[in-house]
Amino acid sequence: MTTQYFGQRIKRNEDPRLLTGGGTFVDDVTLPDLLHAAVLRSPHAHARVRRVDTAGAEALPGVVAVYTHGDLPPSLQEPLPRLIPHPALVHHKTQYALARDKVRHVGEPVAFVVAASRYVAEDALDLIEVEYDPLPAVVTLEQAVRPGAPLVHEDAGTNVCAHYTQRVGNVDEALARAAHVFTERFVIDRGTAAPMECRGVVAQWDPRLRQLVVWDSTQAPIPIRNGLARLLGLAQGGVRVIAPDIGGGFGPKIMMFYPEEVLVPYAAMQLSRPVKWIEDRRENFAAMNHEREQIHDAAIAVDRDGRILAVRTAFLYDSGAYIPYGLTVPIVASTTLPGPYKIPNYHCEFRAVFTNKTIVSPYRGAGRPHGVFVMERLMDRVAAELGIDRVELRRRNLIQPHEFPYDVGLIYQDNAPLIYDSGNYPATLEAALQKISYEHWPQERARYRAQHRHVGLGVACYVEGSGIGPYEGCRVTVEPSGKVYAATSVGTQGQGHFTSFAQIIADALTVRVEDVIVITGDSGAFGWGTGTFASRAAVVAGSAAHLAAQAVREKTLLVAATKLEARPDDLVLEHGRVSVRGAPGKSMTLAEVAVAANPLRGTIPKEWEQPGLEASRYFAPPRGTFPNGVHAAIVEVDIETGMLKILRYVVVHDCGRVINPMILDGQIRGGVAQGLGGTFYEKLVYDESGQLLTQTFMDYLLPTTMEVPEIEVDHLETPSPLNPLGVKGAGEAGVIPVPALMAQALDDALSELGIRITEMPLSPNRLLEMIREARAQAPSPHPGPLPQGEG
Amino acid sequence: MKKRTGVVRRTTKARVVTPRRRNPVRTDAAAPPLVTRKEITVQVNGVAQTAEVEVRMTLVDFIRERLGLTGTHVGCEHGVCGACTILLDGAPVRSCLMFAVQAAGQEIMTVEALGTPDRLHPIQEAFRDHHGLQCGFCTPGFLMTTLAFLRERPSPTADEIRVALAGHLCRCTVYQGIVEAVSDAAARLRAGTPTPAPRARGGARE
Amino acid sequence: MKPAPFQYAAPESVEETVALLHAHGTEGKLLAGGQSLVPLLNMRLARPSVIIDLNRVRTLDYIREENGEIAIGAMTRQRTAERSPVVTRRLPLLADALPLVGHLQIRTRGTVGGNIAHADPSAELPAVLAALEGSVVVRGPGGTRRVAAHAFFVSYLTTALGPDELLLEVRFPAHEHQGSAFLEVARRHGDYALVGVGAVVTMAGNVCQRARLAFTGVGPVPVRIPDAEAVVTGKMVTDGVLAELGKLVTHMIDPTGDIHASAEYRKEVAGVLARRAIRAAAERARMKQMRMR
Repeated sequence: MTTQYFGQRIKRNEDPRLLTGGGTFVDDVTLPDLLHAAVLRSPHAHARVRRVDTAGAEALPGVVAVYTHGDLPPSLQEPLPRLIPHPALVHHKTQYALARDKVRHVGEPVAFVVAASRYVAEDALDLIEVEYDPLPAVVTLEQAVRPGAPLVHEDAGTNVCAHYTQRVGNVDEALARAAHVFTERFVIDRGTAAPMECRGVVAQWDPRLRQLVVWDSTQAPIPIRNGLARLLGLAQGGVRVIAPDIGGGFGPKIMMFYPEEVLVPYAAMQLSRPVKWIEDRRENFAAMNHEREQIHDAAIAVDRDGRILAVRTAFLYDSGAYIPYGLTVPIVASTTLPGPYKIPNYHCEFRAVFTNKTIVSPYRGAGRPHGVFVMERLMDRVAAELGIDRVELRRRNLIQPHEFPYDVGLIYQDNAPLIYDSGNYPATLEAALQKISYEHWPQERARYRAQHRHVGLGVACYVEGSGIGPYEGCRVTVEPSGKVYAATSVGTQGQGHFTSFAQIIADALTVRVEDVIVITGDSGAFGWGTGTFASRAAVVAGSAAHLAAQAVREKTLLVAATKLEARPDDLVLEHGRVSVRGAPGKSMTLAEVAVAANPLRGTIPKEWEQPGLEASRYFAPPRGTFPNGVHAAIVEVDIETGMLKILRYVVVHDCGRVINPMILDGQIRGGVAQGLGGTFYEKLVYDESGQLLTQTFMDYLLPTTMEVPEIEVDHLETPSPLNPLGVKGAGEAGVIPVPALMAQALDDALSELGIRITEMPLSPNRLLEMIREARAQAPSPHPGPLPQGEG
Repeated sequence: MKKRTGVVRRTTKARVVTPRRRNPVRTDAAAPPLVTRKEITVQVNGVAQTAEVEVRMTLVDFIRERLGLTGTHVGCEHGVCGACTILLDGAPVRSCLMFAVQAAGQEIMTVEALGTPDRLHPIQEAFRDHHGLQCGFCTPGFLMTTLAFLRERPSPTADEIRVALAGHLCRCTVYQGIVEAVSDAAARLRAGTPTPAPRARGGARE
Repeated sequence: MKPAPFQYAAPESVEETVALLHAHGTEGKLLAGGQSLVPLLNMRLARPSVIIDLNRVRTLDYIREENGEIAIGAMTRQRTAERSPVVTRRLPLLADALPLVGHLQIRTRGTVGGNIAHADPSAELPAVLAALEGSVVVRGPGGTRRVAAHAFFVSYLTTALGPDELLLEVRFPAHEHQGSAFLEVARRHGDYALVGVGAVVTMAGNVCQRARLAFTGVGPVPVRIPDAEAVVTGKMVTDGVLAELGKLVTHMIDPTGDIHASAEYRKEVAGVLARRAIRAAAERARMKQMRMR
């Protein structure tokens, strides 16, 4: 029996290259005659642009070109493409490549300089004179929806660009007759993905071949290619977009088009010289899309036993100055909210709102953390108010294993019905409780309290949408060398696709994983696809790789059958060799079959369909697949300083069949760490004039080795019935429940003070403020141990 | 740069206090001339590299653009992320916080000298075995600090490893894998796992 | 994020440096370890037209014991000081504080003198110098002079250094027989502290004979509060005394807030840290006394 690679801890194919400095990130691309670009950005949150004078910059030695809006061709003077339209999105505003007459957020591009070096290009930025008429800025969500607020887009007549409602059952009636109704406001502030590699674009135009090659740190190379072809008047075949090694994406690199993604290729064509633009860190903070800002007004209705009768949320979603990416984030937030619970009546509505801040588009989690925060906080409120153990309350409301597929009754972000495909939520919960020793917590807690230590435990549940369509494809080729090449267009940003896809293909063709060379994110290698987002690559592209590899396997047997004069049924493919059952002498290697499949003379049988050992296959899932998980943690608060320490963190996760546990654990742990960042360290701060105050890593605080604890991860495997591999997505799972979990653990740690966390992110400053306020109401620094059983 | 709290409030130091002068002494030394370009020779991965540089060119730009050694990455250009960490005379420094001209006469080691894809250094091997990298962008910086750190502390505790690496940001956040990898690498090096000889790879122009 | 153009010189002696300062003082900027200056240059928030690089002035790299003081040359790397047995043995407060200065890679390059001359009131080393009542030695065209810590730190990022003066060395009084502790609260390890405090106490038995506290992050310079020090002086270090100390510190300091912590936070936590630091310092002093017996 050949080794099964699927499910194994396989070392990554890409690591030797990345570990030895051999990766090719966009900034590593260097070309003869390369020019360097820099972008002049608005220092104002909201202003009219009266005049841009580039004469001084143009006169600087080393400057090759300076572009403003008026210098661009007509197709680039239009607002950039609208990405995902939605009927509810009535004001689908997108930004200009370079500001026309108005700037709407700090960091919006105003002029574009191309020069001999980045140093000179930045010198030139200093010499461009822009006359602005500053306008009042709309900075907060609540300010933006107030009557008479300044308008980000005057022609829209409002800052509300979309108002969308989804309903299940009759919430009003349920609220009216429920034994208990609790309402709460939840606020989540802004954060940013901050990948270690900022964005970057390099473009090269070959006028003889009429070929444009673009290296772009994008998560969506194919849509970029298609859009560039249209905007620049080229054939799609005349544009090759390569997303090479990407130094982390986490969502914002799926956005298209960022202005620089059209400006760099345009300049390269116009100047007939290659141009490179690499975003610096300060630009990244202001010019790469943000996420997270939402304000929810939520209510939950339960019966006397705590069974959920209805949930309602109405929320504001900050889209920033434009909304190119559409309503993905708020739709995901509102459809993630119900989670693993049976909610007979549900009402969610949101208003998407323009503000004079950086554009918002999905960042790892993409609304899911918000939904889970609201739902789990509501559950905690019910537990506290009704005196029911928080875990028992959850048990009473979980969807049961026999109830799948479970129709939530909503429409998901892929416009398909929100139907949970499979899962075992009670088992996930119990596994997590066991791992964190929940049953011993009351005693543990009492012991900590006796030491005057403020330690709390949290448990949070979630269900996550992943693996949505429309499709991805993969082409698998066995070359005469015997090496297997697989090309798919999804880009990779560290998720290990070079290995996980290779495992899938290696199993089908019985070769070694290291003999499968996976090529991702190059439109020249594979030209169909949509991109890496929504935890979908393994599900959709992985399934396509599986189908293509199976097709190549069949083709291999077909070709070998001809050569070995046997029936395909009598052939065995093992260790990369085809042999005839019962005739050990008669065999061919894959390499030999590959040569035979592509003869120089003679004929090829009709049933081969095409020469070579090669097949392309596409996978288009009917709808998303839904992983789930439970996180639990124990945290300690120093109530004199507001500092927090995580004593334990455990995850039990079910994303169907596991391809590579090592890679999966890495995905989960990385997500948790980003969630912790967004809970306690990372916050984008704007002042009242719309200036971004956090534009360095000294002010926007990413967690380090010292802040991220050990994260214990276990998996359940409930296969998805929606794809041939039975897999579900895992890229975002780690981040989703962290704010909800930490809030509950902090409530527990600070329960004597009666603190209830309803906002994220927190900080030592904010925690101490809450503690101070709580103490002012009940001035007792060290209250005695809690009554038993409250845990 | 040290991660400071608070926005940068002032750009340069205002000098408001005039000192009282005591013991007036004439200085006779001549002031060296000011330059904007300078020829430098730097030992990079064992190869002497001579180049004329603008004095404002940062060391990391010199390493990447002039020498073509793109394994050292630029993550923040203000000294927080650690992606550009190299060894300067054997000690880890941020190459974004030095000018190339300052490295004249000194020895630089970058990730390119550590191991090859076919023959990884034990530290690199351990990073691979423990999934100490995802996207790989921050990785060269981590490796260089680890190399220097393990020379100084061959048997570190997990806590010591965490402190030593706290000056590096990994956004894929495989810290747990990294800490395990460094611990394992220490064991491999102690056990005498053969390490590839540092490669003389001075750059694309060698 | 590339620095604006500048002119550059790398003097090899103190004399050459002084001559350069004399010639270019007001438009020039001294570059020591560069761990604070270069980021400002890269962001073009600082645009000096002349950079005078001190890194080739080898004579400023030393650690010497002199008359009960430890003299550290201005260009001594923080990492060198951190690893110096003399510092570990005779300057325990400095030894406590040095690992909190940024990270390993920062300290490899950052210098003791640069940190002091940069005079960031959130930085650790100025507070150490203030708590120890140390001094600096300064060289200008008029010769050398010695400036006490309290006179050296003038305001935020501002010292008593004249435009044509150079910091030569930093002098820390040895305090191996006293108890000391440096504590800080930072958002993350290695960050500038939201609040920090260096404490030095002289104990006679259980009685505190003398206490000095210097705070970081709560004013334009390292902050000393004589009234608070007086609360502890001549008393046993009891919970009651410490509580009084904490309250007084909170009451007396007048910090400003920023995006990471409000003034209220800093006031409150300064009181907490003062308590904890004096307690730890007193405890260490007692341990030393016990060892000496």
